[in-house]
Amino acid sequence: MSMPIPFPDMKPVMPELIMTGAAAALLVAELVFRKKAVLGLFSILAAVAVFFVLSMSFGETFNGMFISDAYSMQFKVIFLITLILTVLLSLPYLRRERVENGEYYSLLLFATLGMMLMASAKDLIIVYLGLELMALSTYILAGIKKHDLKSNEAALKYFLLGSFSSALLLYGIALTYGLTTTTDLAAIAAQVGRGGTSPVLLLAMILIASSFLFKIAAAPFHMWAPDVYEGAPTSVTAFMSVGPKAAGFAVIGRVFLTAFPSLQADWTAILIGVAILSMAAGNILALAQTNIKRMLAYSSIAHAGYMLLGIIAGTQKGLSAVLTYLLIYAFMNMGAFAVVILLDKGEEIKDYEGLARSHPLAAAAMLVFMFSLTGIPPTAGFIGKFTIFLAAVQAGHAWVVVIAVIFSAISAYYYLRVVRNMYMRERAEATALRPSWSLGLAICLTVLMVFIIGVMPSVVIGR
Amino acid sequence: MVPLNWYIGLSAVIFSLGIIGFLIRRNILIMLMSVELMLNAVNICLVACSHYLQDLRGQVLVVFIITVAAAEAAIGLAILVSLFRNKATVHTDALTEMKG
Repeated sequence: MSMPIPFPDMKPVMPELIMTGAAAALLVAELVFRKKAVLGLFSILAAVAVFFVLSMSFGETFNGMFISDAYSMQFKVIFLITLILTVLLSLPYLRRERVENGEYYSLLLFATLGMMLMASAKDLIIVYLGLELMALSTYILAGIKKHDLKSNEAALKYFLLGSFSSALLLYGIALTYGLTTTTDLAAIAAQVGRGGTSPVLLLAMILIASSFLFKIAAAPFHMWAPDVYEGAPTSVTAFMSVGPKAAGFAVIGRVFLTAFPSLQADWTAILIGVAILSMAAGNILALAQTNIKRMLAYSSIAHAGYMLLGIIAGTQKGLSAVLTYLLIYAFMNMGAFAVVILLDKGEEIKDYEGLARSHPLAAAAMLVFMFSLTGIPPTAGFIGKFTIFLAAVQAGHAWVVVIAVIFSAISAYYYLRVVRNMYMRERAEATALRPSWSLGLAICLTVLMVFIIGVMPSVVIGR
Repeated sequence: MVPLNWYIGLSAVIFSLGIIGFLIRRNILIMLMSVELMLNAVNICLVACSHYLQDLRGQVLVVFIITVAAAEAAIGLAILVSLFRNKATVHTDALTEMKG
């Protein structure tokens, strides 16, 4: 018996196909090109090409497993922006650290491909495959400085906890499959709606949730983040702090709102706890940090907490607030990491003393990013927090927002400590800069976007 | 014929063993093995459900899991080897470069 298998419609997966082709081509090109910067420029070109194909890729394909809609497209734009900024940061950083491995850019592209698959997944199998493609690539990227013990350690910790969390995800998927006979998100929702909830289904949902929460580094699944962020190469840290987090939010929004709407009361309760815990752990532990990468790691845990408020709201408005916040977060966080890379020695918060006197422009850029991360107008960070808190209040979670605002006020202490070090402390010999065109471009772009979004929020909100 | 419950029970037991092993052992190789154990527990559960439901989706997922697990093991061991070259240890307690 043979059944003809219809050839799937390739139009919706065109961006992913181009990304795959570019990543594979980079692996081969690495053997040809001696100058690795060419590969970086090629990956920027690939990202731009994908960006242009993106708007033409509406549709559903592969028997409903893969969907390209407005939701996935907005996430993909964030991933591509992250990819381009990461490449701009990596070009000078890799040269300085002497880790110009050709496979670096290829792995970046594969990780981005995994994120794009996650955002477009309409089936738990694709969610799993996308997540693993992203995770496996980032494990290697975290350990790409092979001769640096810190980098090895970061990669190993990330790998061990990451593979543990993906095993939890799989068990959750297996239980869901056993209970609902399907892995398709919409069909799961239909089955759950028909059959009602059971404790096992709740367990499955919690297992799936914990794996996604691990990816966005929300407490109590945040333990890996500070060590991994500190040990990984700074350009990879910048990538990890935005990309996988955005991808995690993409699947959380899709899976919970599509597959488990009938369990909304349960997962809202869980996520409220997780959000409050993340804001508390992130903001309070960040106060004591002396390493700026570690501080930004704790701050990213706190930001994951704020962003969860949009998911907790459970409305369309909440989801679009999460998207806005992620876009803004991508610009301000990548910008802050760009300044860290710009400094010759910029890993300790002490290193920023007297920076305003010796390098006023770099200090001013860092000031903008720190203000934006705190959420002070007229920077974009304020708009992000405002939209997300507004969505949560409108959904009736005012008390959670009150807690979030209090923690957000606490966060001012550690962000502004960097500013104080730059502007109000003096040091005999300030840190030298390592300027390069790509870092300059990245910082200009991010500062510009932080101000444009901050002054004219309609460019991102009104969509 | 063995009823479905037994398979689910077996997979739950093996999965729990994997979790316990991962959490209490401090040898990285054994932690890796524990993760593999967890993945195979999932595979048992998926194949049993798939056979019971007469639906191939579960078995497709199992094939994917086995493939990804192989890649995962390769990457994990590669990271471990590069760590071992810098510091000859396979114990997580010795990984104390970063704290706080």
